[in-house]
Amino acid sequence: MQDSPPIPSDTAHDGQQHPISLYLKVWGLLFLLSAMSYLVDYMHVQGIVRWTLIVTFMLLKAGLILSIFMHMAWERLSLIYAILVPPLLLLVLVRIMTIEANYAFWTRAIFMGGGG
Amino acid sequence: MAREITNREVIGPTLREISADWSADQEVFRHTHWGKAMMWIFLLSDTFIFSCFLTGYMTMRASAVLPWPNTAEVFALNIGGQDIPLVLIAIMTFALISSSGTMAMAVNFGYRRDRRKTATLMLLTALFGLTFLSMQAFEWSKLIFEEGVRPWYNPMGAPQFGASFFMITGFHGLHVTCGVILLLIIASKVARGHYDRTGDYSAVEIAGLYWHFVDLVWVFIFAFFYLW
Repeated sequence: MQDSPPIPSDTAHDGQQHPISLYLKVWGLLFLLSAMSYLVDYMHVQGIVRWTLIVTFMLLKAGLILSIFMHMAWERLSLIYAILVPPLLLLVLVRIMTIEANYAFWTRAIFMGGGG
Repeated sequence: MAREITNREVIGPTLREISADWSADQEVFRHTHWGKAMMWIFLLSDTFIFSCFLTGYMTMRASAVLPWPNTAEVFALNIGGQDIPLVLIAIMTFALISSSGTMAMAVNFGYRRDRRKTATLMLLTALFGLTFLSMQAFEWSKLIFEEGVRPWYNPMGAPQFGASFFMITGFHGLHVTCGVILLLIIASKVARGHYDRTGDYSAVEIAGLYWHFVDLVWVFIFAFFYLW
């Protein structure tokens, strides 16, 4: 049984052989990360620390699922970039909508007496 | 020139590999099983759908003037006379992660041509999925019948909470349901030896990609909707 993942190859789709222990390890890590993000809420961590921890655990979990479970770590770079680069556009949408949400909030607060 | 050569070495074979793949105009993904490439592209489009929901949720929550309900209390369960915050969602998360684990192993055994183990693990995955769905049904009925939350109304504060909750978790639940059906179909084909005859177990991996994506989306929903 080898622990380090094998190097990428052109014939990846003909069947990847990774030891089952790799999946069990990732499974355990995902459990641990979920438990830790649950603890963030349970311990009533608030403010910037809470958000940082939540986002860190979230990104770690997403990375593990994507790279190991979905085998992206062993895909060709063309496929990886085709999948991972387009979602970066969403950051623009998030930025635009943040501005829009601020505008809507202050419109409601100032002109609708806090209602609406 | 010496400098040029170094640059080329720095760029390395990977970038050259990309340019070679994309310059062969019609067959960028020729090294990948066509079904797998198509599934990835579908998942990319699905990423945009869920991102739009989550961005919409962000916009509504940031612009809500009424207080946002505390999800830790809303989704608490009374176990042994004590309210444990968010425990139902935590169990749902663990069920979905476990289903991802069994699915990953099913894909592995599929490529080892182990028919029995692949089918069993896929059935186990579907079972975890059904567990998740039944807990979600419980969560929904609790919120609808006991708390009186509606997509347009929420007695605990901002009505936008109801809208985003039903939309986001409902759409995710729909994905889980489709995933369970897909898993059951592929698992029965595995059990009947269909992929032994064709000699190609890629269908298991493709179904696995979809299932892991459903888990992946839940990671973001868990973080942004339930924990934020």
